[in-house]
Amino acid sequence: MRISLKSLNRAYGSLHAVNDITLDIPGNTVYGIIGKSGAGKSTLVRLISLLEEPDSGEIYYEERRVDNLPKDTLIRQRRKVGMIFQNFNLFSSRNAEQNIAYPLEIVGMEKKEIAQRVAELLDLVGLSGRGKAPISTLSGGQMQRVAIARALANNPDILFCDEATSALDPQTTRSILTLIGDLQKQMNLLVVMITHQMEVVRDACEYVAVLENGGVVEQGKVIDVFANPASSTTKEFLANLKPLTDKREDMVRWSKEGGRYTLRFRGESTGEPVLSRIQKRFDVEFNIRAGGVQHVKGEEVGTLICDIIGESSVVKKAIVALKAEGIIVEEEGEE
Amino acid sequence: MSILFTLVWKATAETLIMVFSSTLFSLVLGLPIGILLCVTGPEAQGGIVPKPLLNNVLGRVVNVLRSFPFIILMILLFPLSRIIVGTSIGTKATIVPLSIAAAPFVARIIETAIKEVNPGVIQAARAMGSTTNQIILKVLIPEAMPALVSGITLTIINLIGYSAMAGAIGGGGLGDLAIRYGYQRFRPDVMLASVIVILVLVEVVQVVGNKISARMMARR
Repeated sequence: MRISLKSLNRAYGSLHAVNDITLDIPGNTVYGIIGKSGAGKSTLVRLISLLEEPDSGEIYYEERRVDNLPKDTLIRQRRKVGMIFQNFNLFSSRNAEQNIAYPLEIVGMEKKEIAQRVAELLDLVGLSGRGKAPISTLSGGQMQRVAIARALANNPDILFCDEATSALDPQTTRSILTLIGDLQKQMNLLVVMITHQMEVVRDACEYVAVLENGGVVEQGKVIDVFANPASSTTKEFLANLKPLTDKREDMVRWSKEGGRYTLRFRGESTGEPVLSRIQKRFDVEFNIRAGGVQHVKGEEVGTLICDIIGESSVVKKAIVALKAEGIIVEEEGEE
Repeated sequence: MSILFTLVWKATAETLIMVFSSTLFSLVLGLPIGILLCVTGPEAQGGIVPKPLLNNVLGRVVNVLRSFPFIILMILLFPLSRIIVGTSIGTKATIVPLSIAAAPFVARIIETAIKEVNPGVIQAARAMGSTTNQIILKVLIPEAMPALVSGITLTIINLIGYSAMAGAIGGGGLGDLAIRYGYQRFRPDVMLASVIVILVLVEVVQVVGNKISARMMARR
């Protein structure tokens, strides 16, 4: 299921929460939408999950326009869309399996079939045997697993995750993201992940759109955006990115000061002795402050934070040469 | 002693009938109004089908009814009692004004209980494609159940008090007994016995209500 948004607008009074967003979300993938609080993420997800109507603009699921459906069609369409939330939003009056049964009950499925499907779903999210557990006895990760099972009960085409891991610790976050990734492949789902954590985008998403002040400032494949961020918001997100906990991939910092330049190496440039070559060609020295390798969706991106010492005109020439070698050079203070 | 016992026993039975029936009828009247008040309210407060005008009018009507002192409301409703049960005196006749007096109270209690339901849960139910009726019956009421039980407990206790007041205008029951025998015939023993029975009734209802509500919470 592919989603297209055309000039979407939604305002609350004078606050333009979603401002003229046009976006194509490809099907059968994990698509991240990242933004700081107040960037318009929540409103955007409420619009594309059909919980709220836009003031203007159009939403398409495949070729079908869905933003102006009549009430009963809308309710039927919502049943083909799953959604999970930051606070899980499980029914406290129901135990785990009764929660998962809810979406099946409301479509009028037979009791026997429900029991069978619920058992399947519990197994799918790794909670077999915990069906009778009251919600309050489950851990955060288990609650989100119940919520995922509930969201997928009616075999939806799309799964929206609204800050689904923001209330979880890093380890649980990773296991939930892995689960969502596996389910995405198994069911050929389109997963749309709304988050304020770049880690989630790095670990789980293939595509990303960066939101700021209700508009999309950057979008594309995660690997491209990470390697070559164009907007200051994206750069800020990347600067605050927590290193992967796998020791091998840590960013190592030798010195707290300095580090005016950030060099990013990807693909073939990772294997070449580019820096020493440049050093020989130009009268510059590299003083490396920090460095590391990050894995972004199977591709390695090397990052070096360094100072380039030399006459400023020579330094400029060296940077041009670095860029010619396919290295992305960012200068501090440069937008 | 045996006369006292017979008097109190009969009055207690009358009170129980009054309280039980009027609780039932006030729930029948108040529950839909309470649900309507909640679901037609502003979206920010959990209203799933906001209808500002209806909500406003309904809220006002409920407030007006609640502002009436019960004794006045009873007198005003005597003609209605005569139409519904054929008389305006006695236990049966008192059930009508009791039910109507308690209904707006019940409506507000139900409204408050349902408003406490986590809005995120309602959002989830909506996102799953629930109809309005499904949200009310399968989400709002079950989720609010412990609060609803506490509210109903409070309603019953209030009705025990109201029914005692109804005694003053010929309603029967323990209040009536306390006034006619205890007060007008200077029988402190009857007065005391009536008060003790009312006290015991209130205490029992409170304890049982709390137990049910607590057991519901414990199972969650």
